[in-house]
Amino acid sequence: MTLVFVEIEGPDAPSGSGGVQLTSAEAVTFARTNTAILDGGSAADSSPLEVAVIGALTDEARDRLAHLGVDRIHHIDSPDVHAYSAAAWAQALVDVAPTHGTVMASGTPRGMELMAHVAARLGARMAANVVAVDEDGFLRQVLGGAAFERLKLTGALQVLTVAGHACDPEDTAPTEPEILTHSPEASADDLRTRVVRTEVEEADDTSGLTQAKVVVGAGRGVGSADGFAEVLELADHLGGALGVSRVVTSLGWRPHAEQVGQTGSRISPDVYIACGISGAIQHWAGVQGAKSIIAINTDEEATMVQRADYAIIGDLHEVVAAINEEITRRRR
Amino acid sequence: MDILVCIKRVPDISGQITLDASGRDIDHGALGHTISAHEECAVELAVQLAGATDGEVTILTLGTDDAVEQLRASLAVGADDAVLIETEDPGAYGPEDIAFAIAEAVRTRANDSRSCDLVLVGNDAADTGDFQVGVRLAYELDRPVLTGITLLRLAEEAAEVDAASEGGPTSVEAYGIGPAGTEVFRLPLPAVVAVQEGGVEPRYPSIPGRMKAKKAPLDEVDAPEPVHGNPRNALELPPEQSSTVTVLGEGPEAAGALVDVLDELGVLR
Repeated sequence: MTLVFVEIEGPDAPSGSGGVQLTSAEAVTFARTNTAILDGGSAADSSPLEVAVIGALTDEARDRLAHLGVDRIHHIDSPDVHAYSAAAWAQALVDVAPTHGTVMASGTPRGMELMAHVAARLGARMAANVVAVDEDGFLRQVLGGAAFERLKLTGALQVLTVAGHACDPEDTAPTEPEILTHSPEASADDLRTRVVRTEVEEADDTSGLTQAKVVVGAGRGVGSADGFAEVLELADHLGGALGVSRVVTSLGWRPHAEQVGQTGSRISPDVYIACGISGAIQHWAGVQGAKSIIAINTDEEATMVQRADYAIIGDLHEVVAAINEEITRRRR
Repeated sequence: MDILVCIKRVPDISGQITLDASGRDIDHGALGHTISAHEECAVELAVQLAGATDGEVTILTLGTDDAVEQLRASLAVGADDAVLIETEDPGAYGPEDIAFAIAEAVRTRANDSRSCDLVLVGNDAADTGDFQVGVRLAYELDRPVLTGITLLRLAEEAAEVDAASEGGPTSVEAYGIGPAGTEVFRLPLPAVVAVQEGGVEPRYPSIPGRMKAKKAPLDEVDAPEPVHGNPRNALELPPEQSSTVTVLGEGPEAAGALVDVLDELGVLR
């Protein structure tokens, strides 16, 4: 059997994926389309697809999960799991986990942390950032996406996380998912790592970036902390978010929450517009999930330009200002 | 507060990479080596916290003798001593084996009256990206663990409580970026924390720091034999893709063509 941990969007999230986070919808589709292998080979293709939701289960999310082909929803909710504690949440997942098959999540920070706990608690092996599976094992991203590792996990139960955008969410004939409710009580030890408070500041909000349909990226080419007016205006015109390369945050030009790449957010917009970004491997790791990439750069040989779908060669300040003007002109 | 920071020697990748003859690893021949940005931040956090509490920072790694280069580099930014868990074949170790080897070292040191209140690791290694060694280490040591932590500090409230206790702080405040904002934890010690880049700026080594690092004590112990092993069968490089970029033009004159593309892609609202 396969159990997928599903993350539900917060109340402020763009409602694009109907209550279920996009990356979770991808993980459910990955599970559904690889059921026979993930279940351990011997199981029938009709083995049920189960998911676990911790906290509120909205009608919107239930409906979305039905369209993703889910057979059974473990709805886990109790005072002990209201605040996030990886240990308590992981134990709740362990309580509903199969003895054979796969426990999995999408490769988000929550998904990674919870699956590591689940693997440690169940004595199972774990593969992070899996992009494909076949009879010979898994293929997963390593070196920040610059290479892939082929590996085989041993044991009756395996734990994995699916790399963002390893597949597109795919609707199927809607199911009537059975809903099983669980009200776990966590041990005192498992509550030691509970969130005691959440500080909401705009500068720390990465959800806008990871869920955005358009991301305007800005790199060293911007030149200084005062050089972001044009790219911010472009992001605003397109209803998108600003993402920056590591050098921009290292230089203190923008907050770390806006960083995209191996040690920042991994994004998956429909369009990524990279302005003045050379395209180091570490940055590429965070943007390779974009459907279309447009590069604006003075250097035609820059990796970002060569890997882009479209490019303009030129100074980003001049080019982006002209784009902003053109968009404004057409809207008149 | 005494802190152990686990680091890993990894290839410094900026350009093209190739595989070695075994097909299980990349060719390290021409590459320099470094530690990940997460680990640099972990070292910085440790040096700050230990400095504020009269504690010591120990840097630890599992690897070949070559990894002494990375241990010395971390000593040069303020750590006090280092441990090399030496093996000729670090590639034979899976995440469980590495966690066990570190746990053994922590226990051995504790028996030698050198226990540590905090073990810091990077959130994920820059090369293998397993995202699990820190958590598995915590379960080996039976300690609480947090991952994705960008900042650690002594809580004022905790400091008052701790002032009454003899052995230094009994908890720290930990900050990490969650889906709805910055999440704050009150972490009881001893504990394990996986650090993520973003909360502190790693310092550069000073000349006296480098001098001190050369003489700092470095323990070498043999790594236990790997039990679980590394599940890797092979590495693959993504297929070489010839560029299919459409250059729309040069300079501001190309803006119109680009707005047409945005329109075609359906993102022009």
